[in-house]
Amino acid sequence: MSVQLKLSLTRRYRFAASHRLHSAGFSDAENLRLYGKCSNPYGHGHNYVVEVTIGGPVDPVTGMIANLGELDPFVEREVLDAFDHKYLNEEISAFSAQVPTTENLCREIYRRLKWFPAARLERVRIEETSNNSFEFAG
Amino acid sequence: MIRVTRKVEFSAAHYYHNPAFSAEENRRVFGKCSNLHGHGHNYVLEVTVAGEPDPATGMVLDLKELKDILQREIIDRMDHRHLNHEVPELAGKIPTCENIAAMIWGLLDPRIKQGKLDRVRLYESPDLYADCTAESNGDFTLGGGRA
Repeated sequence: MSVQLKLSLTRRYRFAASHRLHSAGFSDAENLRLYGKCSNPYGHGHNYVVEVTIGGPVDPVTGMIANLGELDPFVEREVLDAFDHKYLNEEISAFSAQVPTTENLCREIYRRLKWFPAARLERVRIEETSNNSFEFAG
Repeated sequence: MIRVTRKVEFSAAHYYHNPAFSAEENRRVFGKCSNLHGHGHNYVLEVTVAGEPDPATGMVLDLKELKDILQREIIDRMDHRHLNHEVPELAGKIPTCENIAAMIWGLLDPRIKQGKLDRVRLYESPDLYADCTAESNGDFTLGGGRA
């Protein structure tokens, strides 16, 4: 085939976590105006879905971009173990200085996964709910 | 430019096996997918065609025609088949999601006359899919392997 094809593989993962959208630079009233019920001081939670997309040449020996036997444990170790059933504001150091919006969560998860040794990380897409999704491609 | 996507489903069996590997290597590399009895999936295929709508019809392409192409080229060829044994286009390749998506691209691209094939997305399960596109900066693909 003379066409230059580009292939990517996307895997969906899930974790459940709580967060609170609150910026220390704003007053309580400003936080409430800006973030609404998401600024509730006790936090709230979501079932997050994380789509991880990797790209690169298909290994002729395995027919794969990367073996899920390597990708799954990597994502488990770097992201799911750290984030699942946690309070993102208090238990993920990246969110001590930034608000754990799902935009920032995309960038943090991308940062943790970009070192995947077996393929190139192309995109992280997060569904915060079935109605809201965010993506970051570096 | 408008993108039009049509979805079809097919069910098929496959396994992963490289005859150059020992039985132990096949188990180590391919895990439970290496079971030589095969296993199956309900594949979901999304085919996206891009183009400008024809001013006379308002359509990028006739979806009935695309439906017929998908029936003939994909469903008739792969639905309720064993991909390792019954699909000659995959002979000599390990039928991974990546290789099947690339093979589907090769089947559909020359047959789509209105608009241009933009993307083949093949779900092996709701949590795993491969995308195949043709881009000038794309990686070389069509990974072979011998199945």
